[in-house]
This record gives sequence, C-alpha cells and structure tokens, in this order.
Amino acid sequence: MKKMICYASALIMCLSVFAGCGNSESSSGGTVSTDGSTSMEKVIGALGEDFQAKNAGTSFTYNPTGSGSGITAVSEGRCDIGLSSRKLKDEEKAKGLTETVLAYDGIAIIVNPANNVDDLSLEEISKIYKGEITNWSEVGGNDLDIVLIGREAGSGTRDGFETVTGTEDLCKYRQELTSTGDVITTVGSNENAIGYASLASVKDTVKAVSVDGVFPTEETVKDGSYAVQRPFVLVTKTDKQLSDTAQKFFDYALSEDAKSIIYSAGVVPAKD
Amino acid sequence: MKNKSKVFEDIIHGIFLILGLITVGCVLLITVYLIIAGIPAIREIGLFKFLFGKTWASTASPPSYGILPFIMSSIYGTAGAILLGVPVGFFTAVYLAKLAPLKVKKVVETAVKLLAGIPSVVYGLVGMLVLVPSIKKVFNLSDGASLFAAIIVLAIMILPSIISVSMTALESVPKEYEDASLALGATPIETYFRVSVPAAKSGIAASVVLGVGRAIGEAMAVMMVSGNVPNMPSLFQSVRFLTTAVASEMSYSSGLQRQALFSIALVLFLFIMLINVALNFFLKRDKEK
Repeated sequence: MKKMICYASALIMCLSVFAGCGNSESSSGGTVSTDGSTSMEKVIGALGEDFQAKNAGTSFTYNPTGSGSGITAVSEGRCDIGLSSRKLKDEEKAKGLTETVLAYDGIAIIVNPANNVDDLSLEEISKIYKGEITNWSEVGGNDLDIVLIGREAGSGTRDGFETVTGTEDLCKYRQELTSTGDVITTVGSNENAIGYASLASVKDTVKAVSVDGVFPTEETVKDGSYAVQRPFVLVTKTDKQLSDTAQKFFDYALSEDAKSIIYSAGVVPAKD
Repeated sequence: MKNKSKVFEDIIHGIFLILGLITVGCVLLITVYLIIAGIPAIREIGLFKFLFGKTWASTASPPSYGILPFIMSSIYGTAGAILLGVPVGFFTAVYLAKLAPLKVKKVVETAVKLLAGIPSVVYGLVGMLVLVPSIKKVFNLSDGASLFAAIIVLAIMILPSIISVSMTALESVPKEYEDASLALGATPIETYFRVSVPAAKSGIAASVVLGVGRAIGEAMAVMMVSGNVPNMPSLFQSVRFLTTAVASEMSYSSGLQRQALFSIALVLFLFIMLINVALNFFLKRDKEK
C-alpha cells in the first residue's frame, strides 16, 4: 500500500509535469515533502492527492517512516512537514518544533447490540485485551466468554488502540481481521465479541461503549474527554518559514475544503 | 498459391509460438521474482528459525518470524478439506457417470459447474455470515471462526474439480470392460466399483491432487472464516494459513516484515510446485499404461 502510494505519487508527479506544460498560468512547480507516521497514511495521502489536483505543477511526497523518524526528519530539515500520531514531547518543543493538530483519530470500542455492557474503563479494556478478564460477567455483563476481535499487525487502528490502552504486543486476539468493515460485521454477529474501529465507520449493527463514562462522539474526541484517541499532528520548525508551496499545503490541510477529505479518511478534523 | 498459404501457415505458427512463450515467460518471471524476493528474509532470519519457529509477531519488538503455525494450518486445513470433500465428490462422480438418469445428471452437472464459478469471496462471505455463527451455536463455542470453518468452506470449494475430473475419467472407461463384467454375472454396483473405478483410478487421483492444489492456494474465503490469528492449529481455534499470512499483512508491511511475507509466498510456491509434480506423475502414469 505504501509502495502503491509512492508509485502513485511518482506517477502523479510525472503527470503533473506534463500538466504544467499545458497550462502554464498556475504552475509554480514547488514541492511539499512530508515524513512520519504510518497511521496517517490514509488521511495525508488523500490530502496530498487533492492538493496536487488543485495545484497543478506542485509535487507532494509522503515518506512513511513512523512518528519518531518524522519528527527527527523535520528537525534536521530533511522534509517540510513532519507527521506525528502523538503530541510532541516538551523536549521536542524545546528543540524548536511546533505542533499543529490536523485531526483526531477517535477509536470506538464496539460490542454486539445484545450485550448489556455500556461502559468500560480504560483499565478494564486493557485487561480484557490482555486476557486478564475473560468473561463479560467480570465487567457487569452476562456470563459469557469475551471474544477479542482486532486488526492485523501493521494496521494504524490497531497501533492506535494498543498504544492508548498500553497493550502493545500483548493482545490475545481471537480474530485478526483485515478491514474495519470485517470487524464491524463480526462483532455485529457475535454477542460475545468486543472490537475496535475508527469512530467514523461505526454503524447501527454494533454498539459503541463509553469509556470511563464518556461516550465517543466527535465533540468528546475533539475536546479530549474521550480517552481512546490520539492526535494527528503536523510538525514544523518554529523559527523557519515554510516554502511557499509547503505553506500552501499547510494552510490547505487546515482549511474548510480539506474537512470532508479528512472525514472520509475516518478521522475527525481538529479545526471547526 | 501454395507458397502463399505456406507463408500464412508460418505466420500463424509464429504467432502461436509467441503466445506460448508469453505464458512460459510469466511463469519464469514469477518464479525468479519470488526466489529473489523471498531469499533475503530467510537468510536474515535463518532457515530453521523461519520454517520451524512457532511464533509469528511481525510488528512486535523484537519481532519474531516463525511460520510453522502457517505451514501446519495450511496442511491441516487442506487435509481436512480432502477428508470431507473427496468422499462426497467421488461418490457424486460415480453416481453421475454411471447411475444417474439423464435428467438428474444434467441438473446436477449444471449445479456443479455453477459451484465452480462462484467467486471465492462469496464463499467467504456466506461462510462468515452463515457458517461461522452456526458453528458457534452447534458446538457451543464463544466464537465460530476456526480451522473447522475453513475446512468446511474449502471442502465445498474443491468439490467441483473433484467431481468433474473424476467424472471424465470414469466416463472414458471403455464400455467393453463393464459389459464383460456384467456378462460374467457381476451386479452393476460391483462392476462400477471393481472395474470402472480401478480403471479410472489415476484420473481420480489427479482430481484429488487438483483439489489439494485449490485448497492450499485459496486465500480470500479462508481469510474471512478462519480468524487469522497465528496460533498453532487446533480444530476450533482461529488459525492463519500460508496464503492468508501473506494477504492479511501485505498492505501495511515494511522492511523485513515485507520481505518475510515474500518468503512465505516462496514456501507456498514450493508447495504448489510439489503438488504439480504429483499431478504430472499421476497423469503420466495414466498415459504409459
């Protein structure tokens, strides 16, 4: 997939060179390079594509290396904008980096509608996924075994969920499915199941539970009261001006136009 | 005039040769690519550790890349599918080739052909929505996605190839053999099982090998019903096959993980090659007779 996007962006770059020849009035020919979080692939890929479509002659690159390397890359000046799926640490900010939250990735914890559990604490969720709680009766439900549904290794949603709940590499999954849709279908057809899916894709066939008493909605994700979420951050240098094209992309990504694209990538835009 | 048609013949020959070479070229390209892409990870991980490691945790730190669970699941799953599918397919083929009235035969044959034409994702979907919940209910499990579900889906998927190939083999048994047997006083059933089936046995064996090939190579349907967790196989646990191991992680993989997926594909490829060699062996033996 990443390779595909690389190829696709390479192709688009080539095409946009030709496009630039055709209508010379709008071509500025700048480049925007981004580097960082693999979880942001979907949203940043969609934004980059749309940005290039709207600004012929510009090229957009995305290097999926992970949040840490993205932050390093931007501080060393190897890319225009760093991408991080966590907030910057204070020492990173002290090094002259600025964070701008692009969107919030809210992950809903879903159960079957027949399940009478409506609320779980973050700790309970973590224990459930680590296999320390194995029966719904331990968290106030019926006397049924808990069936853990998750995503495949490498999935951004899985990465986000496991990071927030502190269950990295500890989850005792019963099923590892390859798409959000599969997770929802499976949880919807098994009253023992618990799963996680990005907030935007939750449907009526499953029930989202509240976490520590907070129900996942766009508002609670945005104001930070819903716990199972993480920010998607654009990292820039505080003291250095972005290039014109990079600034244009930066503004575009936070603009009203980009909102629907951010939504369609399954995350909640940060700006109102 | 004669010369002209000779030239025409030559051109047609040339075109056919090129088309044939394209096929051969594709096979060679895939083989070479798989070997080149698959070897580095095996080298880095170590052949023994790769083939006989029992844990697969490709994104953990430190990652471990042992594909024994996948190999065993693929073998168990295929064996199970053969165990269920071959008897059903074989007896259906005998019935259709020898016993069935023409009308019944036509209807069943059409059904079998339709079964062969159903895309595997549809098998997977029906399996996921119907079979998995029923297994959960019937066996009183907490979740139905399991090796058993995969075996049932695969058994149904291999039926068409077993039935149609066996049927062709049975139908091509010379009628004189059967007539002779009947004339000696054997009943029709005795004749079919003592004369026709032995005469067609290499064709039937070939059908089984074809079924094995289809079962071991299936990814989509299995992925949707087997749960996809890299456990060592057990009948009612969720398992991951060789095919699904490649398919499920490919989209987000990178670095050594991606290379290891190619290595899994290489192992799968070797399995399929072995099966093809077996198939050729049975078919050749048939011809030499």
